[in-house]
Amino acid sequence: MAITTERGSTTTSSAPVDDGPRRTSRTGPVLLTTLTWILGIGFFFPVLWMVLTAFKTEGDAQSSPPTFVFTPTFEQFRTVFDAGIGPYLANSLGATVISTLLVLLLAIPAAFALSMRPVEKTQDVLFFFISTKMLPVVAAIVPIYVVVNDIGLLDNIWTLIVLYTAMNLPIAVWMMRSFFLEVPSELLEAATMDGASLARTLREVVLPIISPGIFATGLICVIFSWNEFFFAVNLTSANAGTMPTFLVQFVTSQGLYFAQLSAAATLAALPVIIAGWVAQNKLVQGLSFGAVK
Amino acid sequence: MAEVVFDEASRIYTPGATPAVDKLSLTVNDGELVVLVGPSGSGKSTALRMLAGLEPIDAGHLRIDGRDVVDVASKDRDIAMVFQSYALYPSKTVRDNMAFPLKMRGMDKAEQAKRVNEAAEILGLTEYLDRKPKALSGGQRQRVAMGRAIVREPRVFLMDEPLSNLDAKMRVQTRAQIAGLQNRLDVTTVYVTHDQVEAMTMGDRVAVLRDGKLQQYATPSELYDRPVNAFVAGFIGSPAMNLMDLQRSGDGVTLGGSTLPLTREVADAAGSADTVTVGLRPEDLSLTSEGDGIKAVVDVVEELGSESYLYAHMAEHPDTTLVVRGPGRTRVRYGETIAVRVDPDAVHAFDASSGERLAS
Repeated sequence: MAITTERGSTTTSSAPVDDGPRRTSRTGPVLLTTLTWILGIGFFFPVLWMVLTAFKTEGDAQSSPPTFVFTPTFEQFRTVFDAGIGPYLANSLGATVISTLLVLLLAIPAAFALSMRPVEKTQDVLFFFISTKMLPVVAAIVPIYVVVNDIGLLDNIWTLIVLYTAMNLPIAVWMMRSFFLEVPSELLEAATMDGASLARTLREVVLPIISPGIFATGLICVIFSWNEFFFAVNLTSANAGTMPTFLVQFVTSQGLYFAQLSAAATLAALPVIIAGWVAQNKLVQGLSFGAVK
Repeated sequence: MAEVVFDEASRIYTPGATPAVDKLSLTVNDGELVVLVGPSGSGKSTALRMLAGLEPIDAGHLRIDGRDVVDVASKDRDIAMVFQSYALYPSKTVRDNMAFPLKMRGMDKAEQAKRVNEAAEILGLTEYLDRKPKALSGGQRQRVAMGRAIVREPRVFLMDEPLSNLDAKMRVQTRAQIAGLQNRLDVTTVYVTHDQVEAMTMGDRVAVLRDGKLQQYATPSELYDRPVNAFVAGFIGSPAMNLMDLQRSGDGVTLGGSTLPLTREVADAAGSADTVTVGLRPEDLSLTSEGDGIKAVVDVVEELGSESYLYAHMAEHPDTTLVVRGPGRTRVRYGETIAVRVDPDAVHAFDASSGERLAS
């Protein structure tokens, strides 16, 4: 898993300036740098535009051509809060945090077993896990709806928690397994000889080493469940609605309220950005072991 | 304090294939340092891991102090191991690394601290106790790995190429330290290496393995003086012994136009064989004045200061090569023809087909 390569391309492009004779070969890096910037800005611009639009009046937001110069206003955010963002935010937080914790709790031992004690059918088990992601969710929604309806759990946050856990588990097992495989087997053998049980080895020796991997996996789960829309819109309404369903309210039949939608979307993205930033501090510590040579 | 006995112990990875360790039988006496040495794939590490409990013993027995440990879990064998990669726990400080095996055994905190401090004192690690492994040099990490083994006060130490990740100078230093420490603690130790110099300098006794089979188990000087077969002869000693298949002629063999006499016992043991594998250590060959001796043309001169090694080929048989020890600051140069004298008492002879030593 590559985790921290986000800024890799720009760093390599700041090539040393002092070696004159090799000047001709520098057009390549310059081109690459330019391309990187264009792509980077291309990816980032919609996000920037969303944030800018969130601070506009509805009039400024609809103007054509678009304006970059405007008087910022918090009016849209006020509207969004007045529309009752609270319960949706709470639902999203609950569903995301609890499902992510459940996923890690289940995926870590599963991945540990699959990486440390590979058996004949390990590959098959792994394929089985990932095959569950091959079926389009749409194909499963009707039976899921019927079952959820029968057990009376429609519009219930626990339904989403269970579904999000199931949805993220295969990916988490795969990711965690790849991190476990990075742990040198001699460390496990040393722990065995030192008298540590398997659970103790996992907790005291292995987990501290792969903690960046846990954060990476956790972050992916957080993002996927926070942004999940399909289950949420089909299985919830007023009680258990999450942020994505809240956003849809601003796409109404009376018209598109760009500024309001942007403000709501900015608020919706904020927790994920914060989670990403927190996790990144852990991720950059990297999988540097210091155990081997 | 323990005696370790391998009793026809075997490790067979795939049934029907050649065993990784084939009916290994050897006894390590209490307090002895035994080195298992051999080229890669010789089964030396597998044998050590069988003793460690990290590999199952598929056949035969393995006893520590008379108790068969074939079905005893690694942690209950009361042995400690130093790994090639050191296998230090990267998230723990040096102190916690060393205390970990004690903590796992439920030893009380005060005793843990006492033992860790003692070990740190012995190994010169006291000032590094609060560091993480990645803030240590290779040599320091190696000593932490040693420390983690000695705090346990185990019955047997196992060491799997513990010096191979160190640079040449550190290796020589640490080699002496380990040997000294082992003497002082007087703990039975099994040490694995592929480096015959380490084996010769450290081992009370050395077991030479090849293809999973024990070739010879003896003291370093006996291995050197009386290798049981051509493999051991070529493996022990640096530069390696010159091994040549030579034609019999009368009482001796023909080497570079002259006849090298063989002792009566060797000649008898060789029987009617046409050729004999003759082994001559570079240090048993010397330069002599023009006229007598075997003529050879120098290909490479390795000047070591106190001595030199001359790599040469026979003047009359360019396919036969020889390494000769010469004096330090030799004036012999590439392309020169030298005359080599053989010490007739230092001739090793082996059966040309089986490689077994002939007579004495």
